[in-house]
Amino acid sequence: MAASAAAMNQSFRRPRRVLPGFGLTLGYTLVYLSLIVLVPLSAAFLRSAGMGWEGFAAAVTTPRVLASLRLSFGAAALAALINAVFGLLVAWVLVRYQFPFKRFVDALVDLPFALPTAVAGIALTALYAPNGWIGRLIEPLGLKVAFTPLGVVVAMTFIGLPFVVRTLQPVLEELDREVEQAAATLGASGWQTFVRVIAPTLWPPLLTGFALAFARGVGEYGSVIFIAGNMPLVSEITPLLIITKLEQYDYPGATALAVVMLVMSFTLMLGINALQTWAHARHGKK
Amino acid sequence: MNAARVLGATYAADRTEPLHLRRRPRAGLNVMRLLLILVALGFLVLFIGMPLVVVFSQALSKGWHTYVAAIADPNALAAIRLTVLVAAIAVPSNLVFGVAASWAIAKFEFRGKSALITLIDLPFAVSPVISGLIYVLLFGASGWFGPWLMEHDIRIMFAVPGIVLATTFVTFPFVARELIPVMQAQGKDDEETALSLGASGWQTFWFVTLPNIRWGLLYGVLLCNARAMGEFGAVSVVSGHIRGLTNTMPLHVEILYNEYNYAAAFAVASLLALLALMTLAGKSLLEWRRPELKYGALSADRQTKRGMT
Repeated sequence: MAASAAAMNQSFRRPRRVLPGFGLTLGYTLVYLSLIVLVPLSAAFLRSAGMGWEGFAAAVTTPRVLASLRLSFGAAALAALINAVFGLLVAWVLVRYQFPFKRFVDALVDLPFALPTAVAGIALTALYAPNGWIGRLIEPLGLKVAFTPLGVVVAMTFIGLPFVVRTLQPVLEELDREVEQAAATLGASGWQTFVRVIAPTLWPPLLTGFALAFARGVGEYGSVIFIAGNMPLVSEITPLLIITKLEQYDYPGATALAVVMLVMSFTLMLGINALQTWAHARHGKK
Repeated sequence: MNAARVLGATYAADRTEPLHLRRRPRAGLNVMRLLLILVALGFLVLFIGMPLVVVFSQALSKGWHTYVAAIADPNALAAIRLTVLVAAIAVPSNLVFGVAASWAIAKFEFRGKSALITLIDLPFAVSPVISGLIYVLLFGASGWFGPWLMEHDIRIMFAVPGIVLATTFVTFPFVARELIPVMQAQGKDDEETALSLGASGWQTFWFVTLPNIRWGLLYGVLLCNARAMGEFGAVSVVSGHIRGLTNTMPLHVEILYNEYNYAAAFAVASLLALLALMTLAGKSLLEWRRPELKYGALSADRQTKRGMT
């Protein structure tokens, strides 16, 4: 009601703008956004439109492309799942418990945001290579991580962790402890309280964190290529295949593949936005 | 002693509860708590701690002499210079944009605002490799403007301008994303007061708005700079990998690594790791001063929507 009244008001009276600079700042924003982001991005779509539907379909359904898409999306999903489980645990521990050096640990969770991906890539490779600190331990168990698809999962897990932790932390901090205490006084066990009382609030942020980590993993390049081994059909991720095609001057092939990834990423992004709106609506209802 | 502190830990809030609501800590609960903490820390040591430590350990594996030589190498120094130059252009560009965008979005109501915010976030959803590719499609030899550029002897691809453009794209949303929620939280009362007291628009911005948003601004610049200096995928596509000319630090690390010159690769990498640690330290310091900044980037969208309703 109030909203429609305000809308009516607006249609009768032009809103009074007291502060200056609206035209200047919005104009600059739109021009800069178009020049840096929108025009270059549309170049990819227009270029691939010139290929025709059949050429496009042929370029993105070769066995090598399909294998890379399977790996990029499969490994990203697995890594996001690992992060959903351990990220929830890390966020829970950071919010609920006190332990020595907690502030330091909390700050380090953001390392994957701050550490250049190439550095992360060579560091993880050094750890998991057969003679590395971790590789040496797992080699006798018959477990190979470096230069296999498993290495891709490890790199994507590293890169995605902060997304889950940082999405969950504020929600966990805002949880109403009294509700948990009420559940406890009514005889619920710790686990029952978690599953019945806490978990329902955590689903939306957990899903958001999962989706953010997944989206980041799908497009990730720097931290993956060193540890992956990059064998076509086996451990070659899609972003690397795009670069390979570029280096072979196969611009249409690279562009078509980029468009497939862009469409998937934008869909994911809209999904994440919807998730956040949903989470917020649920949060607001309380 | 540490274990005792862990076991003795209770919710800070519990201590303020009335006595009958306090739950006596049970032994089972404390073992569970200790276990959860240990598993969480174990995971963090495995995925965060060890990669960080291995960078420095590998960098110094052949001694200080090799370490210093790797960094004093002319190509390494050229890479450091280029990395600083690129960040020195890309970060201020995105800073000016971030201030303009957040001013328009936070202080005014207009149609399509939430669509605009989504568009600003767009580069976050794009794979770094694709961020480089789109500029190749525009400015490369067979790109839209390629022939024209060639005729006028202007080099963008495989040269510094291309690296700057790709870096600007990748770091595009950082400052805006941090500033929008900060400015929305400030409202516009202060500015309106200043204006009504006779200040000009610029004076209002410099003396009222800027001091209000300075921490958020610094926070955004810090994150933007870390990404600008560390970007690899996008820059890799547009750089052409010419040693001493178009190699940034991350690209130099890659080249050294692929030449099996591991100690040198990790030596240069350790500088980038130090930069990351300094960024995290600065970030924590700012969060300690301004706790609301901590989840800003991730929940900016949420807060923006809250601000609009």
